[in-house]
Amino acid sequence: MLVALIINIIAIGTLVYSFTQSSRKSIQALKTALMKGLKLAPWMVGIIVLIGIVLSFVPPEVIERYLGGEMTIYQVVAAALIGTVSMIPNLITLPLAGSLIDSGASYTTIAAFLTTLTMVGFVTMPLEIKLLGKKITFWRNLLAFFFAIIIAVIIGALM
Amino acid sequence: MTVRDFIRLFKKMIFVIIATAVLMFILGYFFPDEQAMSLAIMKEYSLEVILVFPAVLVLMGLVDIWMPREMVRRHFGDTAGFRGLLLSVFLGTLPAGPLFIAFPIAGKMLRKGARVANVVAFMGAWASLKMSEIGMEIYFLGVKFAFLRVVLTLIAVLGIALITEKMLTVAGKELTKESI
Repeated sequence: MLVALIINIIAIGTLVYSFTQSSRKSIQALKTALMKGLKLAPWMVGIIVLIGIVLSFVPPEVIERYLGGEMTIYQVVAAALIGTVSMIPNLITLPLAGSLIDSGASYTTIAAFLTTLTMVGFVTMPLEIKLLGKKITFWRNLLAFFFAIIIAVIIGALM
Repeated sequence: MTVRDFIRLFKKMIFVIIATAVLMFILGYFFPDEQAMSLAIMKEYSLEVILVFPAVLVLMGLVDIWMPREMVRRHFGDTAGFRGLLLSVFLGTLPAGPLFIAFPIAGKMLRKGARVANVVAFMGAWASLKMSEIGMEIYFLGVKFAFLRVVLTLIAVLGIALITEKMLTVAGKELTKESI
C-alpha cells in the first residue's frame, strides 16, 4: 500500500507541476490518460477475473503439496509451470517461499517458481499481445521460462 | 475518441461483465469453495489496480505530452547503446505492482522510438528486480539466495531482452509497426 501511495503522490505532484507550466497541455495529458484507461478497462477486468479463477484452483496448499519435499527434475519443471500460470503478489509469495524452504523444499525448486511467477505471465498474455505485439510476447515469455530453469539450476548448485 | 469507438468499448465492457457473471455462476454451482476464493482474490487485485493504475495512466499521459519523441529515442533508442539498456533496467526496478501494469508503459516506449531490447529489459526488471521486493526477499529467503537470484536474474533479463530483439529483427528485416 505504501508504494501505491508513493506512486500517487508522484503522479499528483507531476500533474500539479505540469499545470503550472501549461494547463492546455496538462488537460490534453489527462484526456490521453482517460482514453487509454477506458480502452484498457475491459482487458483489466477480464484479466483480474482470470487471475481470480486460476488462483482459486492453485491455492497455497496445492503449491505446498507440489513444491515441498525431495527435489526431482519433474518438481523443478512443475514449479516453473505453476509459476507460469499463477499470478500471486510477491507480498504473499515470498513468505510462502520462505516457509517452503524451512519445511524442506529445495532452493532450486523455489528459484524456478519465483522466477516464472514474476517474469512469465500466462493469464496476462492477451493484454501483452494487444500492447506489445505477438512476437515480443511470445519470445519474452518463452525465453523467460527457459532462463528461469537455468537460474534455478545454478542457484541450486551454488546454495 | 468517436461515438462509434465509445459504443464499441461499451459493448466490450458489457460482454466482459456478462461473461464474468456467467463464469462465476458456473463456478459457484460446481465449485463453491473456489468461487468464494476467486472472488476474494479478485477483490484484492481490483483494489491494487484501482489504487495504482490511474496514477500510472496519468504519469503516462504526462510523459506522452511533455517528453518529446526525440528524447525517448536518445535515451532508449538504437543509438543509446548499453547505457540505454542499463537505464531501462534501472527504471524497471523503481516502481511497484504486477507486471501487467507495465505493459501500457512498455507499449508507449516502443511507439515513441525505444529499442525493443530496452523495452523488454524494462519489463524484465519490473517483473523480478524491484527494489522494494528485494528487501523482503532477503528477509524471508536469506542474503545469499537473494543475492544469487538478483545477479542471475539481471543477466537473464539482459539476455532475454537482447535475444528477443534479435528474434524480431531476424534476417536483417527492418522492424516495422506491422512486424511488432
